[in-house]
Amino acid sequence: MTDTDVPQAETVSKVDTVMGDPGPTGRFGEFGGRFVPETLVPACAELERAFREKWLDEGFRGEFETLLRTYAGRPSMLTRADRISEELGLTLLLKREDLNHTGSHKINNVLGQALLAKHMGKTRLIAETGAGQHGVATATAAALMGMECLVYMGEVDMERQALNVFRMKLLGAEVRPALSGSRTLKDAVNEAMRAWVAEVEETHYCLGSVMGPHPYPFMVREFHRVIGDEAREQCREMTGGDPDVATACVGGGSNAAGLFVGFADTDTELVGVEPAGGAAVGRAVPGVVHGSKSYLMQDEFGQVLEAESISAGLDYPGVGPEHAHLAAIGRARYEQVTDAEVLDAFQLLSRTEGIIPALEPSHALAWVMRDREALAGKTVLLNLSGRGDKDVEQVQGILG
Amino acid sequence: MTATERSAAPTPVADAPATIGAIEAKLRERREAGAKLLVPYVTAGISPDWTDIVRAVADAGADAIEIGLPFSDPVMDGPVIQEASDRALAAGTDPPAVLDALAEIDAGVPLAIMTYYNLVFRAGDARFAASLAQAGVSGAILPDLPLEESGDWAAAADEADIETIMLVAPTAPDDRLPQVINRCRGFVYSVGLVGITGERSELARSALELAARVKPLTDKPVLVGVGVSTPEQAAEVSTVADGVVVGSALVRVLLEGGGTSGAADLVGRFRHALDAG
Repeated sequence: MTDTDVPQAETVSKVDTVMGDPGPTGRFGEFGGRFVPETLVPACAELERAFREKWLDEGFRGEFETLLRTYAGRPSMLTRADRISEELGLTLLLKREDLNHTGSHKINNVLGQALLAKHMGKTRLIAETGAGQHGVATATAAALMGMECLVYMGEVDMERQALNVFRMKLLGAEVRPALSGSRTLKDAVNEAMRAWVAEVEETHYCLGSVMGPHPYPFMVREFHRVIGDEAREQCREMTGGDPDVATACVGGGSNAAGLFVGFADTDTELVGVEPAGGAAVGRAVPGVVHGSKSYLMQDEFGQVLEAESISAGLDYPGVGPEHAHLAAIGRARYEQVTDAEVLDAFQLLSRTEGIIPALEPSHALAWVMRDREALAGKTVLLNLSGRGDKDVEQVQGILG
Repeated sequence: MTATERSAAPTPVADAPATIGAIEAKLRERREAGAKLLVPYVTAGISPDWTDIVRAVADAGADAIEIGLPFSDPVMDGPVIQEASDRALAAGTDPPAVLDALAEIDAGVPLAIMTYYNLVFRAGDARFAASLAQAGVSGAILPDLPLEESGDWAAAADEADIETIMLVAPTAPDDRLPQVINRCRGFVYSVGLVGITGERSELARSALELAARVKPLTDKPVLVGVGVSTPEQAAEVSTVADGVVVGSALVRVLLEGGGTSGAADLVGRFRHALDAG
């Protein structure tokens, strides 16, 4: 067996089904793959082998589920948002990932990856972060498991999210600024990949979204599928059936992938919502960066463009390869909203439901508000991927 | 299930053609003459006179030259080459302009483009390969395109007679090395350390160890790059390898304003150390 021949066991779903197993080459249709420096190829193969083995292992699954239940606070609730539903003329159900420990869905993935890294004998986690949610989550998991943690964060984002920088430090992590390019999430990913190239033997790169080289898009989706699996059961219990629409914000697209995978085989319409200034799927130009082939904002020569969004967590010019595939085959569609629409949604949910959302899921709500006529009378499941505490200061600065 | 739902496997990688290209021919000829091989790296567009720098580097004793085609997100590169790339991009450097300029150079040594795959993918594999050939470029190094993903590019490059120089890394298990080496054309780029490009105060032991693993597997020229920072380190690693690639050390001189004379001086010192070693 050569290094890159990974035993192909069935994981949770068959190869060649929608949102199934992307197979040994990590392909979602024409997207995905493993476009990494040669130095990292064996590490990616090792990670894929370990993930496939552990994800089938009842002991590992049990440990992971215990952590989710007794540490992260799962299952997260499903809340029927009655006042906003009445205002919009539809039934809005909120999947409350904002109530997880650390305040967002990100904890699901980092607990999975940190546990896997520990089983693999790695002693150190590195991560990139945009808004800081994934960095805080990774620092949390590292503290919990007694591992070292180094987080790269764009210098601009460190200013926008200073409190999250302090949180990471409190949790014992080192935060290093990414000083190149736009000094946001894209550049933090570059720095994390460079650090991984240099320290691949003892370090696990805890990637924060459904992007990067195979197996990350697949593995991160699987660690987040608990969102969709729970929501499906909860919707059936609450409403007697599947929702008409399931929607989530999309930067890299991890919370959307976790939600969508629970409904891939149903008639539920899947809608991802991108920031207008970071609409990789909206522009639909394929490219290769950060380890996979997907849609990518780029110029005519292939230089990657800088995304611009009010939300640091969605400020990324690419998108996870599975989302590119879901868009290409028409299983999901992707809408774009402006920063102004996002601010309206942020305020409406706060005022009508007593829930201050993060700016990221406010994108999904902004789309629901805009399209409320088309959605009239329908049941809409929205993944409320994070809470807004981190954004309050920034929004105060904008609204005055 | 529709056809579009099916996972499309990457294009299988065809065997490398048996023909020897311009870079490999030149490096073999020099090796047979008893020389250790020197391939410096220059970032295209780093300064308005970058083509003069390429000529000066050739005249100072390079056996072939790597031309860095700047990319916005160079994940295999350290701060020095990142800075050079940013500078070149800020000055408006784009691939067609670089290739037009290279078409006008007669450096007297073969040239290879070093860049990242998105610039190739965006242009189209076949179109990019043809544009290299048209500009008189003989080879290409794409550090984020590992063997398994290189099928489309390798087919296009072989068709256009462009030598695809592959990297081998210290992390590769023994069974992987021959697979990558078999697909190498031009030379085997033996990565000197587990890390990104940049200068190091000492030669990493991994540079010697990997070169010693690779050499018995092939008679293609084996050059060590990444972390070869001084003429002394170049001579040391060339006791095992056939020669070196020198990137960051040269680019730093250019960033500091050394220009053609600074570049020629540094390359001359590497040449001298390799000849004396």
